[in-house]
Amino acid sequence: MSTWRGLHVNLRKAHGLFTVSSRHTWKYGHLTLCKSLSTGRALRNDFFKDLEAQLAAARQKALDALPGSGWSPVEMNRGLPPERTDVVIVGGGVIGWSVAYWIKQKEKRRGGVNVVVVEKDPTYSQASTVLSAGGIRQQFSLPENICLSLASAEFMKNINEHLHVLNEDPVDLQFNQSGYLFLANEEVAHIMEENYKTQRTAGAKVSLLSATQLKEKFPWINTEGVALASYGLENEGWFDPWTLLQAFKRKALSMGVVQCLGEVTDFKYTSNIARNAQGDQVAQRRVRSVKVQVSNSLEFQPIECALVVNAAGAFSGTVAAMLGIPLPVEPRKRYIYVVNCPDGPGLDTPFLIDYSGVWFRREGLGGNYIAGTSPEEALEPDTSNLEVDHQFFEEKVWPHLASRVPALEKLKVTSSWAGFYDYNTFDQNGIIGLHPLINNMFFATGFSGHGLQHSPAVGRAVAELIMEGDFTSLNLSNLGFRRILQQEPMLERNIV
Amino acid sequence: MSAPFMSLYRCCQRSALLVVSRRSLSSSSVSPPPLHTRILLYLTQRFYDVEMLQSWMSLRRWKGVQKRNSFYGYAQQQYGSDIAAAYYILNMKGGFRFVGQSDWFSADRRGKFNWAFMDHKNTPLEEVNMNYTGINYRGLENLEGQKTLRTLSLRGCPEVDDWFLARLHMFQDSLEELDISHCPRITTGGLAALRNLKGLKRLDVSSLPEISSPGVVIILLEEMLPKCDVTANGYDHNLREES
Ligand SMILES: Cc1cc2nc3c(=O)[nH]c(=O)nc-3n(C[C@H](O)[C@H](O)[C@H](O)COP(=O)(O)OP(=O)(O)OC[C@H]3O[C@@H](n4cnc5c(N)ncnc54)[C@H](O)[C@@H]3O)c2cc1C
Repeated sequence: MSTWRGLHVNLRKAHGLFTVSSRHTWKYGHLTLCKSLSTGRALRNDFFKDLEAQLAAARQKALDALPGSGWSPVEMNRGLPPERTDVVIVGGGVIGWSVAYWIKQKEKRRGGVNVVVVEKDPTYSQASTVLSAGGIRQQFSLPENICLSLASAEFMKNINEHLHVLNEDPVDLQFNQSGYLFLANEEVAHIMEENYKTQRTAGAKVSLLSATQLKEKFPWINTEGVALASYGLENEGWFDPWTLLQAFKRKALSMGVVQCLGEVTDFKYTSNIARNAQGDQVAQRRVRSVKVQVSNSLEFQPIECALVVNAAGAFSGTVAAMLGIPLPVEPRKRYIYVVNCPDGPGLDTPFLIDYSGVWFRREGLGGNYIAGTSPEEALEPDTSNLEVDHQFFEEKVWPHLASRVPALEKLKVTSSWAGFYDYNTFDQNGIIGLHPLINNMFFATGFSGHGLQHSPAVGRAVAELIMEGDFTSLNLSNLGFRRILQQEPMLERNIV
Repeated sequence: MSAPFMSLYRCCQRSALLVVSRRSLSSSSVSPPPLHTRILLYLTQRFYDVEMLQSWMSLRRWKGVQKRNSFYGYAQQQYGSDIAAAYYILNMKGGFRFVGQSDWFSADRRGKFNWAFMDHKNTPLEEVNMNYTGINYRGLENLEGQKTLRTLSLRGCPEVDDWFLARLHMFQDSLEELDISHCPRITTGGLAALRNLKGLKRLDVSSLPEISSPGVVIILLEEMLPKCDVTANGYDHNLREES
């Protein structure tokens, strides 16, 4: 209890938050408990009545145990979320579950913080997490991104120490230690060199290759036009996103996080008018409750909460708009094509990223590959659905792919899918932290195509903000909301 | 007689529910519950303890492995990276041979070893035998400076995993022989990392239980390392023998 109180005070100090407590439920339990233990005499009088009731219950139980009855030993969850909780996480993608896990991991006492994850689609048919390419790399230009990747790789190395649930199978990410290979032409070679220096300083194991060295190492690459290549030696490759998502979810649920199937449609908030340094009036908001429309039902349930985490991925802009806040994150459709080519490169195929923007990687061992590219800004496809444009492959992907890797000239497209990038239109980087004008909504969104690999470290960072009041392991304050309000972009050069 | 029992029983049920709902103690203003309630609460919470004990034990085991594989910074500062590497190997009950020498230094079964290796300051290692030891990717850091390491044997190491193999790139210019047979945690995803060892002449990948389709994997491995002689025994569908 005292730890709870300590946390309570701590948080209040840090943000002036946490007004909700679950006193109500406790009182109920407490009172009934006392009654049943302290009224020995009255109970004796009630003995026969009690016995009758118990017998009836026993009979009912026996009936229930017969095959065909709908009874189950576990109490059925009627799908309604709790009425009040401490933290509501909007979005049950990999980021949302990672935040939930880390909050639970950092709580001082078991059950100290109540966390609810609200997810509208349990099949994840549109979630970026499961539609991504699953890659992890350290080859970024911003030190923050490099450190996030390094920390996440460290997490994945010891994933079973973090996410193993007792008496369940260990987590197998199916990690492919294949590295990333970035190619640069004359024009961008100097940028690659700069990035290389930043990456080495941050501790990433990356090496630079000249065109000749590249040819020697990967004879199947056509090095025409390549001036420089940078190649990751360690901690880079790809893994199965679904496994990571499920592992986070399983662990968080086992630690007492509550999952709620439904869509967040509105917030109830209070506003305060404050003045900023220039003397202008600004409205400071505070979320009081989250309105959830329960899946497959017309029911609405408000969840009173002290904190909200916006981890709704590509749709976090819509969620922020419910509070009247502009968030520069929007869905951008990206295609992934699965191609088959028996003569293609083998086990040593890295995650190759050409300077034209076209990328490809191996998928399994049977001569399958996946490939894609990002369209030009002006030609962004319509985001109302997830249909795949096959013309796009013929025109924008295949020509570059075939010229870079001649062995892939005779490929066959066997399938394809599309997913939404949680695209930050402001500077293509994650937005992590509190909104200055809503003092209890945290953001963890806008990762623009590298959110999956950063999810373990981002979850930890957000949990640190919530539980400890500040970043303690990695300082990510540069990735906060402030940069957007002050119009100071943190541009990342290596966006794929 | 049964009535008090019954009420006790119901009470247990309720307090169990209370614990399950995990809200019981989250209020700060209610006075502490009476003693017997607290005892019951305590007892119900005992059920978690078996679970806690188990997770605690596995955490302790992991911490032990990490600790044994920690970086020998002090030895490195005092005696240089070669002696530190040698010391690490002996501490892990492994063995090694210095460059230009014929005799091996190794630890015996009980971990005892001959301190004479301290006389060979600044002599790098050429062959390292870590068979059946608890080396993991973290411990590999101690061998980082060994630019002349030619042979590395890791047969049956329980902590050698894919991340370990990915880190072997530090020996990419010198390593010629590698034995990773019988390592229970290596998967196909990790074998892809061996592409960095371009000087490899001999590789033993026998009996890796986690490799799902060994036939294909071994062919691909040979394709990836054309100058290397790959040994792969102990698989049921050994395509190499058929062909
Ligand atoms: C084609 C493609 C390739 C990619 N490749 C990589 C890669 O190689 N490496 C990498 O690191 N990243 C990659 N990414 C990016 C990565 O997938 C995302 O950055 C990451 O998955 C974001 O996770 P998330 O949890 O924020 O979002 P999501 O996984 O989209 O989860 C958000 C969840 O919130 C739910 N939700 C939304 N609104 C509401 C609401 N109002 N109420 C309730 N629930 C709601 C949604 O149903 C969804 O399940 C790729 C993405 C795409 C599309």
